[in-house]
Amino acid sequence: MKALETKQLIKSFGGVHAVDHLSISVEKGTITGIIGPNGSGKSTLVNTLTGMHPIDGGEVVMNGVTLRSVNAPDMPAYGVTRTFQDVRLFEQMTVLDNVLVVLTEGNVWGALFERHTALHLKKAQEALTTVGLWEKRGALAANLSYGQRKLLEVARAVAIGAELYFFDEPFAGMFPEMIKVVVRVMEDLRTKGKTIMLIEHNMELIRKLCDRIIVMDTGELLAEGAPDSVLARRDVIEAYLGE
Amino acid sequence: MEYLINVAILACIYAVLALGLNLVVGFTGLLSVAQASFYGLGAYATAILLTRFGMNFFLALLIGVAIAAVFALLIGLVLSKFKDDYYALASLGFNVIVYTAFLNLQNITRGPLGIPGIARPTLFGFHFTGNLSFLILSLVAVAIAYLVAQFVARSSFGRALKAIREDEPALRVFGYRTLHFKLAVFVIGAALAALAGALFATYITFVDPSSFTINESIFLLAVIILGGLANLRGSILGAVSLIVLPEILRFVGFPTEVAAQMRQAIYGALLVILMLYRPQGLMGEYKL
Repeated sequence: MKALETKQLIKSFGGVHAVDHLSISVEKGTITGIIGPNGSGKSTLVNTLTGMHPIDGGEVVMNGVTLRSVNAPDMPAYGVTRTFQDVRLFEQMTVLDNVLVVLTEGNVWGALFERHTALHLKKAQEALTTVGLWEKRGALAANLSYGQRKLLEVARAVAIGAELYFFDEPFAGMFPEMIKVVVRVMEDLRTKGKTIMLIEHNMELIRKLCDRIIVMDTGELLAEGAPDSVLARRDVIEAYLGE
Repeated sequence: MEYLINVAILACIYAVLALGLNLVVGFTGLLSVAQASFYGLGAYATAILLTRFGMNFFLALLIGVAIAAVFALLIGLVLSKFKDDYYALASLGFNVIVYTAFLNLQNITRGPLGIPGIARPTLFGFHFTGNLSFLILSLVAVAIAYLVAQFVARSSFGRALKAIREDEPALRVFGYRTLHFKLAVFVIGAALAALAGALFATYITFVDPSSFTINESIFLLAVIILGGLANLRGSILGAVSLIVLPEILRFVGFPTEVAAQMRQAIYGALLVILMLYRPQGLMGEYKL
């Protein structure tokens, strides 16, 4: 069963197709790696699929619903969440508030008459404990180290309890111990039947985690399939090394 | 004593204004330079309803708040198209429009002549004619404004406002229709400004356009920045400080011919020094 499908998806910036007629599909309960050289359109793809950039052409099928435009605030309704390549935390808010804000009421009236419930706090505690940040819950996000900031983004995504997760270079700048934590989080999510799309440059991690990989180059689909076979392809190596 | 009560009443009025503005600027990060326009709408609505229709103050106050809220909703919708510096400039433009309307809609506002003879409030037969009783009313208004602002700030709504200030596009991905939040807080801020306007009109018993200029909006920004952005007690402290400080300088003993200019210069210099050494304001944790 498919968690996500794109059909001839296009995203352009000033005439340049950052995502160029891309048709891919992702099976539920799998981890799919998205790899490709810098500027190949990986992050643009995720930004387009999560409504941060408007779609310029094609369709997206999320949770069985076909969409010609994706609205960012609808993401939780489609069971989708994400992390960001350049960490985007709510800097002048505490670690705990960074998680609570994605758990609590998202409409004006509901939010006005709600603080947070014991359930919200429990979910936030679980997520922060998973990544080892519960002890830091009172610290401002801006005061965390780079790796901790990455972990907080992961915790924020995990706390929501989505069906489809986009992780955009979550391991960049992390210490090995932190990488182990995030690997464990992803494996747990897959065990629970959740779907992950992972943008990553570390091929060792891609081989270890991913069931399938998608290779992008200049916005187009270059290759897809099992990691070992795709990574052995000459055109993939050439795209990466520019040979 | 009467002098101190007068200063205290003015400090209360500015505290109410600052509490509303801090929700918009300090919590949400929307650099609004339009607070004086809502202050003016509240003041004029109350003045007109009291002088022309003999309406009860509290009913006039509610209508004034409603009028300011509707204007805020419309202005907020237009302002939502702008960000950062452009937001500030556009909001400043609205302040100019509203001020010009006060000045030129002579059939309604009497233009530069202003509206005199506004009655002091009455509640269950009690007239707030004395300044001491009006101070008590003003303190009650500050308490109400503080409780409203605190209720907003401590709710999930308040947490979302801070997240909008920090990274609005990222928050949208987590299910927030941020425009609704920005409009709602703008309306709340305007409603509190209108409350202050109603108090001001009935305290001075006269309104004219000169009280609601851009200078007033900029002064209010100075109040909340000095007190501390996103800190409600800071708003009150900022209002008290900026109202009381020029009064204290009256007693420094400058020669009469330069006293006013010296007071302004020292007042300005003290603000510059404070911003240099404590840019987050007296009680703030956050700076623009």
